[in-house]
Amino acid sequence: MDGSEADGVGVMKGELELNRFSKDKLVEFLRQMLLYRRFEEKAEEAYAIAKIGGFCHLHIGQEAAAAGCILPLRQDDYVIGSYREHTQALAKGVPPEEVMAELYGKASGSSGGVGGSMHIFREDLGFMGGNGIVGAQAPLALGLAWAINYRGGDQVCVCFLGDAAVNQGAFHESMNMAAIWNLPVIYVVENNSYGMGTKFSRVSDTPMAKKSESHGVPATVVDGQDVMATYAHFEFLVEEVRQGAGPQFVEVQCYRFKGHSMSDPVSGTYRSKEEVQDRTENADPIKVLRDRMFESGMLTDDELDALDLEVRSVIDAAVEFAEAAPEPEVDTLYRQVYSEINAHGRLFFDGRGK
Amino acid sequence: MAVITYRDALNQALAEEMARDENVFLLGEEVAEYDGAYKVSKGLLERFGEKRVVDTPISELGFAGLGVGAAMAGLRPVVEFMTFNFSFLALDQVINSAAKMLSMSGGQIGIPMVFRGPTGAALQLGAQHSQACETWYLHAPGVKVVTPSTPADAKGLLKAAIRDNDPVAFMEGELLYNVKGEVPDDDDFVIPLGVADLKREGGDVSIITHGSMAHVALQAAKQLEKEGIEADVLDLRSLRPLDVDAILATVAKTNRAIYLEEGWPYLGVGAQIVSIIMEEAFDDLDAPVLRVTQADVPMPYNKKLETWARPGAARVVEACKKVLYV
Repeated sequence: MDGSEADGVGVMKGELELNRFSKDKLVEFLRQMLLYRRFEEKAEEAYAIAKIGGFCHLHIGQEAAAAGCILPLRQDDYVIGSYREHTQALAKGVPPEEVMAELYGKASGSSGGVGGSMHIFREDLGFMGGNGIVGAQAPLALGLAWAINYRGGDQVCVCFLGDAAVNQGAFHESMNMAAIWNLPVIYVVENNSYGMGTKFSRVSDTPMAKKSESHGVPATVVDGQDVMATYAHFEFLVEEVRQGAGPQFVEVQCYRFKGHSMSDPVSGTYRSKEEVQDRTENADPIKVLRDRMFESGMLTDDELDALDLEVRSVIDAAVEFAEAAPEPEVDTLYRQVYSEINAHGRLFFDGRGK
Repeated sequence: MAVITYRDALNQALAEEMARDENVFLLGEEVAEYDGAYKVSKGLLERFGEKRVVDTPISELGFAGLGVGAAMAGLRPVVEFMTFNFSFLALDQVINSAAKMLSMSGGQIGIPMVFRGPTGAALQLGAQHSQACETWYLHAPGVKVVTPSTPADAKGLLKAAIRDNDPVAFMEGELLYNVKGEVPDDDDFVIPLGVADLKREGGDVSIITHGSMAHVALQAAKQLEKEGIEADVLDLRSLRPLDVDAILATVAKTNRAIYLEEGWPYLGVGAQIVSIIMEEAFDDLDAPVLRVTQADVPMPYNKKLETWARPGAARVVEACKKVLYV
């Protein structure tokens, strides 16, 4: 892929034998990725009719990264990501209706409607957000991993970053400290080749896989359009880190089928229509898995249709839930600024002391 | 009560809270092997070990964020900035992560942590090392800001800050570390955040202030006393939460007030306090509220210019006389 050559680091391509995974496992991969796809498609529809406001960054095209990196984790492992995190939340077990209700800004959303699309949280499921500042999640992941070590636990923290985040100081400071203290953190760059509308090769003179080298953090590269390759790699890596292997850097090579956010063009000056069309047709992670299952006789058209129907009904129910959910009450606003409800900082017209 | 320095009071607070709660740990530049740039953490490495007293690289943004992440997981980090002047590099993690986490997670994830270190000018450290940094932290809802002026306040407030469930910026006076004062020996000597302290009582004029300027206010009050003017000196101690009632009470008593602070005037702490007095105590006033601040310039190195640029007792006396029309 352009701008993301591994340069000496072997890319783990989808050359794994299908029989490495049970049929049930492969069907689960497919079901999960369909769930993410249908979720994002519904979000896109809802955004178009202004049911969802603000910024909304879709993950369509990158579903194998969410499934492959997160499904190998335990519930008590941490996942923290950027603002393109709806599907990562789903993969970590946050119910689709809660994520959809959060996008709708409703009180039943995972963050009570206060967070929005970019700030999905479910602490009890180890899903730690949802961060809107590029690269800011890197130090936070460091702290989560620090807490794991501090308590002598064997959890792992997986931190998702976009390719543009590796040019932030926060990323490099975090890599350095993760290495010094041998923290159980996996920094995953979902390299979709574009930071918003800027091609990675235009903002970096070195390939992605080299970004952790000077910090002494081992790097690996995986074909992120192939859920089997991604899952197999993470299943292995997570276990290694759990056993004390220390921080890891993984480039997951993928492709974003939609614009940077709902208000941005899919193609234009920064990438051609033809490129997007080619990737959509030839590297759709759902099609890649589906076709290989078809070829090996592990999946029939009817089974696929049934699976898709099941997933669509889950997402339809999520939308219905979000539509019907109540708006947050205005008087809840101050309850979440400080841990105690009080008048601190509230001034004259804000009802101080009332 | 023992007489100890402001530095030792902070050290005691840290040691006692670390002994009390194993979730508390100290992180920052030079805090462990070097005992801290200002020796506040002296002996803590030896006592608590390298797991809980941690030297970091010079990466303010990174280690501040590490603290926030650890707090997300329920630990209680104390992050030391060698000075708050260096913490501007870390402000993204303070404002965008620490201050907003509880709100944007819908109340799920609180950040029980302390950012601490010296603020304000010392002597001839030049433009980049001489700033009062309170305003940057105060602007954001979600952060608490505490500025102790005496050893007792330093100890009692730091213990409260460490036990608090919100992010607290604990700003020490760079010139106060050697100041001595009486401090209760009690392990549970905690001063609640949001309670101002009337450091001197007088009925003619109110000098409202915070942090190291409380000492300048007391000097000024002594000079005024010689001229038969008795000043209230109200040390706010914490700026968020703010003891508005104490401000209103002193204004109601004297009907004349000035705000004294080390920072710049433009949108400074005093601007907020004056606004509150306007909104809630306008009818109590017999004169406009004046502010005494640092001059609105980057701090010069030259000693004469620096002295001129800083708010001193003479200027406080002058301001008090102005509001008294004498």
